[in-house]
Parts: sequence; C-alpha cells; structure tokens
Amino acid sequence: MGLSSTFAIKEEVLIVRLSGELDHHEAEQLRNEWKEIMYKNDVKHVLLNLEAMTFMDSSGLGVVLGRYKEVLQLGGEMVVCSISPPVKRLFEMSGLFKIVRLEENEEFALETLGVAS
Amino acid sequence: MKNEMAVAFSSISENESFARVTVAAFVSQVDPTMDELTEIKTVVSEAVTNSIIHGYNNEPHHQVYITCTLIDGEVELTIKDEGIGINDINEARQPLYTSKPELERSGMGFTIIENFMDTVEVISNPGKGTTVHMTKQLTNTKTVCS
Repeated sequence: MGLSSTFAIKEEVLIVRLSGELDHHEAEQLRNEWKEIMYKNDVKHVLLNLEAMTFMDSSGLGVVLGRYKEVLQLGGEMVVCSISPPVKRLFEMSGLFKIVRLEENEEFALETLGVAS
Repeated sequence: MKNEMAVAFSSISENESFARVTVAAFVSQVDPTMDELTEIKTVVSEAVTNSIIHGYNNEPHHQVYITCTLIDGEVELTIKDEGIGINDINEARQPLYTSKPELERSGMGFTIIENFMDTVEVISNPGKGTTVHMTKQLTNTKTVCS
C-alpha cells in the first residue's frame, strides 16, 4: 500500500498530511522530503494530519521525534490531529503526547497555531 | 486444531509490509478483532525491522524467518534472523534504547512488542542471530477455553 504525503504551508505553519502505511521502508523518503521543506521554507510550527494514516510503527515515531527536535530549534510547536485509535496508542505508549499537542481536526489545530481560517 | 505456517524472505525493507500482511492474512482465519490484527501487524513490523536494520545491518542478501502457529485461539509467532545478535538483551528491551541513534530510531520497538503481546522471549547469540518468540491469546476464544 505504501505511503503518500502532501505538504502545505499556511503562514508560519507547515501542514504535513500522511496517508497509508508508515514503516521503516517508507520512513527515509518521508524524512528527506519533510526535512527539505522545513529547511527551504520559513516555517515555525508543524501540524501533522494523520487522518488517512492506516498503519504506523516505531520507525514512524522516530521520524516524528526527529522533526519535533527541529521544530523545537525553530522555537515552534508540533501539533498532531485526526489521529486514529491504534496510532494514538503508539503515541501514548511512547510518551509523545508530553511533547506533541493533540487536536481533533486540522481546522481547529490551525486556529490554535494562530492561522486565521 | 493446530495450524502452522512458515515463510522466509530477503532482508530488505520492502518486505516489512509483505511480512505483516502475510501474518495478518494467516491469523485472520481465527477471527481476531481489528485491534488484535493491528497489534499483530505492528509487532511483526517491529521485529522484522529489527532483524533487517540491527541483525543484518541493512545488508540485503540475508534471510528473515517467520513461523506462526494458531492453536486453541492462541497465536504463537517466531521471528528469527541469523545476524549479529544482541550483546545485552535487557538493555535492548529498555524503552527509548537504540544502538543506532544516528538513524533517528525511536527505541520503542521492543516496548511496543511487549505491550501488544502476552509473552515475549528473546534468545540471542552474538554472531549467530536473534530469535523473538511471542504469544498472544485472542479474545474471541478466551471464554471458550475456561
């Protein structure tokens, strides 16, 4: 099934929408694309929309953690939204919600990051 | 009734998805819940990824072996490699521990495996390989057995 990712920028927020399966095989390409976009654009925060994510394992957590560290250096915040119950369990298990804020949907999450709708 | 399957495949990352889908298709015969199926897929993904990245150092020409047995509503899963092995198993099983921090690993593989399975046994001989043996009782059959 694989992974597909789209990136959008609204003001200083990078929106990352992932759909499909994120495992070790898919992790490297996602990491490269994601890093490049963060490097080339003037963004501060990251909003991760996982609405269409069907599978994720610890390799995916590694990519998210890696980008979190970069967002922190930019003085920004990472927010995740529209997360499914299995992925939510992975985030809970690994303590990711202590550093990444969870919001219900993209629109609301954007509002909390100061983007007017 | 006992039902068993075995599969062996090249140690390349493309096969991580093949492995979890194959095991899930086999386990589906005994009617697991969606949550149980997701848990088993995640566990297969973690163990196979460990074999590929750590056991075989990302070398593609080795084999990863999976056997899965269904017996009385219990899933027995064994994932084996003939790679470099683990020197300190207790250290490897610690949450957030990773031997390869430069690869941006989360170090949560074994923790996830332990959370999603009922029993987890890791047998490893440095230089010879690692075997992870796990069991999980499926809920739809729990009441029948008692």
